Amino acid sequence: MSNPLALLGRSAQYVLLSIAAFVSVFPFIWMVLGATNRSADIIKGKASPGDALFENIGKFLTQIDLPRVLFNSLLIAGLGSVLTLLVASLAGYGFEMFRSRARERVFSVLLLMLSIPFAALMIPLFIMMANLKLINTYQAIILPSIASIFIIFYFRQATKAFPNELRDAARIDGLKEWQIFLYVYMPVMRSTYAAATIIVFMANWNNYLWPLIALQTNDMFTMTLAVAALNAGYTPDFGVIMVGAIVATLPTLIIFFLLQRRFVEGMLGAVK
Amino acid sequence: MAQSQLARNEQINGWAFVMPALVLIGVFMIYPILWSLWMSFQTGRGMQLSFGGLANITRLTQDPVFLRALTNTMIFLAIQVPVMLILALLFANALNNSSLWGRGFFRTAIFLPCVTSLVAYSVIFKSMFAGDGIVNQTLLALNIIDNPIAWLADPFWAKFVIVTAITWRWTGYNMIFYLAAMQNIDRSIYEAARIDGVPAWARFWYLTIPMLKPVILFTSVISTIGTLQLFDEPNLITLGGPSDSTLTLSMYIYNLSFKFMPSFGYAATVSYVIVVLVALLSVLQFFAARERKA
Repeated sequence: MSNPLALLGRSAQYVLLSIAAFVSVFPFIWMVLGATNRSADIIKGKASPGDALFENIGKFLTQIDLPRVLFNSLLIAGLGSVLTLLVASLAGYGFEMFRSRARERVFSVLLLMLSIPFAALMIPLFIMMANLKLINTYQAIILPSIASIFIIFYFRQATKAFPNELRDAARIDGLKEWQIFLYVYMPVMRSTYAAATIIVFMANWNNYLWPLIALQTNDMFTMTLAVAALNAGYTPDFGVIMVGAIVATLPTLIIFFLLQRRFVEGMLGAVK
Repeated sequence: MAQSQLARNEQINGWAFVMPALVLIGVFMIYPILWSLWMSFQTGRGMQLSFGGLANITRLTQDPVFLRALTNTMIFLAIQVPVMLILALLFANALNNSSLWGRGFFRTAIFLPCVTSLVAYSVIFKSMFAGDGIVNQTLLALNIIDNPIAWLADPFWAKFVIVTAITWRWTGYNMIFYLAAMQNIDRSIYEAARIDGVPAWARFWYLTIPMLKPVILFTSVISTIGTLQLFDEPNLITLGGPSDSTLTLSMYIYNLSFKFMPSFGYAATVSYVIVVLVALLSVLQFFAARERKA
């Protein structure tokens, strides 16, 4: 390490990483500072705390029915996640534990479908929901989100680590297959469920395009749509928007800091 | 007899476990994707559609807005994905050093953007890149520029802001994949190379990169798919402007279907352009990675 070239390289690394860390974190600081400033100051680049925090929160609460919007978001993301985990883990378990040539074929078709862009689904989905009179309902958002091929894939990969002896022992004890899934598999795989919950909940919570299409009245809006609505128009009030951005970011930020390792494991899970 | 009974039970159970997922995928993915393929040959307004053969494809080639959206999307793809993946590789490589001071801090900080909601970070970026905003103030104060840049009002800089925003959001995400893969590489290979006097850049280029090939392929495929579907950021930061310079294919499909008088058939045709592009680029990247391996 006494080599001057190596020392130079080492310093360059620190400079690079410090800049990257600063750039990564700054918008968060900006968001918090912005919530305390008036809109006119924010777009003039005022980078110090202001005194408009309560004013902004007050305006935010009059423009948005916060309990209702939070309820909508939590219901859609929460119920959607529970159903996704259930359906996807059943399928992942089924594909891995009961192998047959036909199901392997089905599975490889699913893998190909992983890259179908949502843009190519949204028009038929919209017409479908309109025909079923489901536009502007929770079902319209939750139903299409349940069968996530990515999460099925994720559970199948994780199931490879589920010990076969456990299943065999349960069978000898006379448990039916669904009982084995419910009473043996689910408790054993709880860390897989935890990691998958984080991915699915975040995706549902942050979803923008499909709710934008399928939810049409303010009382059905999710947090994402409510913040996006604040941003519309020619003179958006950025102070109020920053309060909204904090509320929209907080749940996932809290989950991240509480479950940091699970979070990262969850994201990596699918490639291993 | 008992044997075949057992085999049949296996079959029944196997299908029973995967059936709920398959039914939902059938109804909410396979049916819509086939329907939009059918729709892409239909012309007309609203729900008044009639078979138009290849009329929509002809319309594509003569539609300047479509061509602009396609060009914009390809520019975003060609610049944003490589820049992001190279940055992610560099960060991961720097963080893969166990003697690095503050490693956990740097990793968490760089990863942090990908826990924000797309809508939240888009509006934050919009405010930072305002005409007199913090970015211009900082650059002026540092004497990097003499006059404020019209970030969101200039076609070139508007694209720049979108690319910067997406890169900010996703670099940490990709970095985590690389970091995990690097930690699986046997350390003794590096030791041997170091003892042989192979410099750091060469170890990175000739050892790390080839061993990360599968992960690089994976991340470039998912980033490509993501960028081809780009919608949230341009819709929230620039609304596709100025004068359609940040309009993407997904935004155009949305506008055609839900903003103007809906022309679902033509919008479906545009959506199939994305389907074809995703398929083509995935195959291309797959073969490119295989080629170099051989």
